[in-house]
Amino acid sequence: MAASQSEKYKSDGSALGGALEWVDARFPLTKLWREHLSEYYAPKNFNFWYFFGSLALLVLVIQIVTGIFLVMHFKPDASLNASGVPVAFASVEYIMRDVPWGWLIRYMHSTGASAFFIVVYLHMFRGLIYGSYRKPRELIWIIGVLIFLCLMAEAFFGYLLPWGQMSYWGAQVIVNLFTAIPLIGPDLGVWIRGDYVVGDATLNRFFSFHVIAIPLVLVGLVAAHIIALHEVGSNNPDGVEIKKHKDENGKPLDGIPFHPYYTVKDIVGVVVFLMVFFAVVFFMPEAGGYFLEFNNFYPADPLKTPPHIAPVWYFTPFYSILRANTVNFFWIDAKLWGVIFMVLAVMIFFFLPWLDRSPVKSIRYRGPLFKGALTLFIISFFILGYLGILPPTPGRTLVSQICTIIYFAFFLLMPIYTKMDKCKPEPERVTQ
Amino acid sequence: MKKLLISLLFAPLLAFAAGAELHLDKAPNRSGDLAALQHGAKLFINYCLNCHSASYMRYNRLKDIGLTDQQIKDNLLFTAEKVGEPMTIAMRPAESKLWFGAAPPDLTVIARARSSGFGSGADWLYTYLRSFYRDDSRPTGWNNVVFENVGMPHVLWELQGQQEMGADRKLKLVTQGTMTPEQYDAAVADLVGFLQYMGEPVAEFRKKLGVVVLLALAVIFAFAYALKREYWKDVH
Amino acid sequence: MSCDDKVDCGRRRLIVATAAVGGAAGVAAAVPFLASLAPSERAKSAGAPVEVDVSKLAPGQMMTVEWRGKPVWIIHRTQEMLDGLKKIAGQLADPNSERNMQPEYAKNEFRSIKPEYLVAVGICTHLGCSPTEKFRPADAVEPDWQGGFLCPCHGSSFDLAGRVYKSKPAPDNLEVPPHMYLSDSKLLIGEDKKGA
Repeated sequence: MAASQSEKYKSDGSALGGALEWVDARFPLTKLWREHLSEYYAPKNFNFWYFFGSLALLVLVIQIVTGIFLVMHFKPDASLNASGVPVAFASVEYIMRDVPWGWLIRYMHSTGASAFFIVVYLHMFRGLIYGSYRKPRELIWIIGVLIFLCLMAEAFFGYLLPWGQMSYWGAQVIVNLFTAIPLIGPDLGVWIRGDYVVGDATLNRFFSFHVIAIPLVLVGLVAAHIIALHEVGSNNPDGVEIKKHKDENGKPLDGIPFHPYYTVKDIVGVVVFLMVFFAVVFFMPEAGGYFLEFNNFYPADPLKTPPHIAPVWYFTPFYSILRANTVNFFWIDAKLWGVIFMVLAVMIFFFLPWLDRSPVKSIRYRGPLFKGALTLFIISFFILGYLGILPPTPGRTLVSQICTIIYFAFFLLMPIYTKMDKCKPEPERVTQ
Repeated sequence: MKKLLISLLFAPLLAFAAGAELHLDKAPNRSGDLAALQHGAKLFINYCLNCHSASYMRYNRLKDIGLTDQQIKDNLLFTAEKVGEPMTIAMRPAESKLWFGAAPPDLTVIARARSSGFGSGADWLYTYLRSFYRDDSRPTGWNNVVFENVGMPHVLWELQGQQEMGADRKLKLVTQGTMTPEQYDAAVADLVGFLQYMGEPVAEFRKKLGVVVLLALAVIFAFAYALKREYWKDVH
Repeated sequence: MSCDDKVDCGRRRLIVATAAVGGAAGVAAAVPFLASLAPSERAKSAGAPVEVDVSKLAPGQMMTVEWRGKPVWIIHRTQEMLDGLKKIAGQLADPNSERNMQPEYAKNEFRSIKPEYLVAVGICTHLGCSPTEKFRPADAVEPDWQGGFLCPCHGSSFDLAGRVYKSKPAPDNLEVPPHMYLSDSKLLIGEDKKGA
């Protein structure tokens, strides 16, 4: 017996009921509860791929909570202490050794950073295969790409903070990318760094961005993302719009209330995720050097360039695209082309809702052209990612160039092959 | 003299630039072996702590490997007044850079930093400490197979003896030390075991706690899954 | 809402059980975070007990050591100083050390383990200034002055057992920190036989 959307809560006589009635007269608490949980109807056929949204929210919370406690002890100071070690680097080891349970909080934060990207990439993949970006969900997708951009920035700024060799030189390289921009490049680099090289000024401002600025923006964008979703309702693995078929009460026939069904299902997802997450935290926090890079256990040394500077694994596909550009075209040199293509590789995701001309949403009903294109895209993405870890050779550069072409072709040719594709008819109701 | 100092300064860079294939011997596993780790601590403090600091490691942390505060105070407390203090050294980095060409790095996390695709950090250190050989072209008179043109002399030469590089690019022991090769290898294994422990003193506890946490999560999973099944009966 | 419908009963029990297990896990998860606020090894090391060698401290002399960022006075009292303590009991706010400013072993007429050594924190119990020495009769602050301290900030005075005079801004005697003797001439400040 659900109350209508506009009715305020009336106490059932208990103390809690009285308190709830008092709040509800002054704040739309029960209205929010109904609209977004107990009477938010989601498709009943959510599968494995639908766990990653709530998991992304969980990882955001983990990063914020562990971050709050790390900031109590971390010192963003690049100057050298009496032992000749940068204070920032020493403060991380202080957390690892001297702060009670500091090691656990640190490992949760470093594992959480990589977990965030795994979860978000899988969440985006779900969008790709089920057409979650299609009308009327284009804005949800756009906000999501903005979240992805913020996440990349957040990870980049955060990685400088431990002030190890990879932190320092990775930041040096990426900031130098901006100097490739014609005319304003070099000045822009100095302005971003706050100095002529990456140094204490850079460390302190990146600390501010990482701890305050971007987390605030991220939380706002995530709220907007969910609000936009709830406005139009969730997609599902069949790509059918459940709002098309409603019962006499106006409830979608193929919908179930998010609470309790998906709250209870997402809890299972959370527990499984935490098992994997803590298996890494407790048994392999370095993850073979991918989550905590070996070279980052050397304090930053501006005079000693590592022989091999690679970004953290989650940036490697885009790094490969950057490095694949080796030819000077027209009046623009290869370095700038690399930056342009790398930026385009992320920006192109924004246009996906308008590039896809297929009459169906879900991969279940698409034809062989899309399936083939998507498969090639995913394989290229992985190959680019793998090559980004390795030092370049002529052979590897050629492969990354081919994969870059495939990557962009997936998007740029999409208006053509999605129109040509032989699709199956989309069902009226969800299948199980 | 200036040329000497400059070449010492650039030596580490050259070693990094080389970065080619590296064969490393496997370091014997000493984790959990308290006696070996204590022996390693003694070797570290006697031979290494003169030039290398371990400034993130407090002396009283050695209780992890079974030493009491009193034992630490009596046998190991050389560079500090109290057991709660960290293993810093008196030599300042600016000075040591001037004297040796490069400041001897802090060794607290060296076992983590030296990991690579070729082997663990412990493997690298184990191989390094057994791969010094006589080289009169070097200012210290020593060179090293895994770290070409290293600025560090063979501090443990009295224990190992002296090796020379043969024409076949293999090392040969030409002068005996106070230990046999087997004894020296075991001593180095102890020292490296200690360096590995020092890189992350909480490692043993971390793994033990991990078992507990995963078991607890398995229990929570059982409940959560049962709850999910109970509710989803309504849907199917 | 009675639990008579079989399905409802089972479901509610399962919810309660899962919530209980989850709640326990939540509490367990909170423990490391809350514990991380406790003093770190660095703080504990800086706050560690201080060893003091008093063999060179001449009778009538005072030395100051630092413990946990505070000045700790050690006064080698002469017999004359000790005798003087009995004469002024009437002028003191808490002559018998009833209030909790010292460990059990210092709750005596001399406020110390050994009568000849006073160990006290040199911080006025009013607002935290450090009182100045007034050991000589010429420095008399109160009538029938037997030696002691005067706090320059607001005029509180203390005797040579750190006891505060009546009607002064300071409410309490000087704090006696936990301490113990490692030998006749070695003091350990910050720890006592009961374990700090």
